[in-house]
Amino acid sequence: MVLTLTDQNFEKEVIKAKRPVLVDFWASWCGPCQMAGPVIEALAEEHQDKIKVGKLNVDKSPKMALKYGVMSIPTVIIFNQGKEVKKQIGFPGKEAYQKLIEEVI
Amino acid sequence: MEELIIIGGGVAGMTASIYASRYQIKHLLFGEVPGGQGTLAGTVENYPGYLAIPGPELMQKLIEQAKKYGVEIKQEKVGALAKIDGGFEVKTEKAPYQTKTLILAMGASFRSLNIPGEDKFIGKGVSYCTNCDIPLFKEKIVAIVGGGDSAVTSALHAAEFAQKVFIIHRRKEYRAEPAWVEKMRQTGKIEEVLANEVKEIKGTEKVVSLVLKNPYQNKQELAVDGVFIEIGQVPISSLVKPLGVALNDSGYIKVSPEMATNVPGVFAAGDIAAIQGGLLFRQFITAAADGARAAASVYQCFHQGAIPAPSWGQKS
Repeated sequence: MVLTLTDQNFEKEVIKAKRPVLVDFWASWCGPCQMAGPVIEALAEEHQDKIKVGKLNVDKSPKMALKYGVMSIPTVIIFNQGKEVKKQIGFPGKEAYQKLIEEVI
Repeated sequence: MEELIIIGGGVAGMTASIYASRYQIKHLLFGEVPGGQGTLAGTVENYPGYLAIPGPELMQKLIEQAKKYGVEIKQEKVGALAKIDGGFEVKTEKAPYQTKTLILAMGASFRSLNIPGEDKFIGKGVSYCTNCDIPLFKEKIVAIVGGGDSAVTSALHAAEFAQKVFIIHRRKEYRAEPAWVEKMRQTGKIEEVLANEVKEIKGTEKVVSLVLKNPYQNKQELAVDGVFIEIGQVPISSLVKPLGVALNDSGYIKVSPEMATNVPGVFAAGDIAAIQGGLLFRQFITAAADGARAAASVYQCFHQGAIPAPSWGQKS
């Protein structure tokens, strides 16, 4: 399952989460984000016991995008114990996301 | 052994697959990022049959169409290509795959400026895709680098979001279509910095300024929040050398009008291919046409030059 993250629930769902959280920063106007979306959903399903996955719309929640310096989307950041541990800018394909997750879990 | 392996998941590769499927050529398609550069395009207004369609949507339809005919799309990164007995080998991170013929459709990637600070600030103010990233620069100051169609149309697009837009071009004249240049000047929001170059990108956590070759308004540095590099593309042809495929001076694969390379059994299509004697044309429709022709040439390879007889309407 993919969570919908916002400026409001980010602290609770990501920063204070016990498990690692993968956050996909995206927007409706971004082409590569549309390609990344289904891949992120598939990965969420495949790793649901180990990692939490959420999507944050940068138009609706600009504060978090700004806070984590997102200036190009899609950007995927993996947080662990409240800290940013991995960052991937641009859509690199499923394999690369997979690798990113494996390095954390 | 496959009859055909197509490398590249953009317009050329997907179209080649649609035709290969209909010619009943057993094949695989390798596309690390399905959709290729087409997914980065804004609105496409010159693909026949659509008045206007977003690039990603067009690519999604094309991928669905290719899949409908049964192709297996492997999202694996191709690491090496080699000649083997009776064909070719494609090595990915996961496994080696053998094939009798190849269609090379890896496309092109963005050309970079190769200046200090450029790599360091990718995603932190440096972008190669204005369409993708400019909405994140609302009310900011940005610069577009380049003088072709993509640079000028990017500046126009940027002016819809940014507070101020500079366009920095190393010549006095643009290569872009005059109609675009005219439109850009009419906005009154885009400042032209001509006959000048960016020598360095400076910043801290993110981009802060550009160092110019020549002073602009008595200043060597231009304060910006973002810089969008739109100076064309380079073919992704580094993998093909072990095959003995001939490249032109710019690194594009030389092909005949049948999309054949100098190596029998190897074809190329789309942005990576340069049809000898033809214009280097980088469009959705030319990539699609290249892909179709390449698949037809593969068919001819297996049928002693016979004209392809597709099974139109046979499969669903």
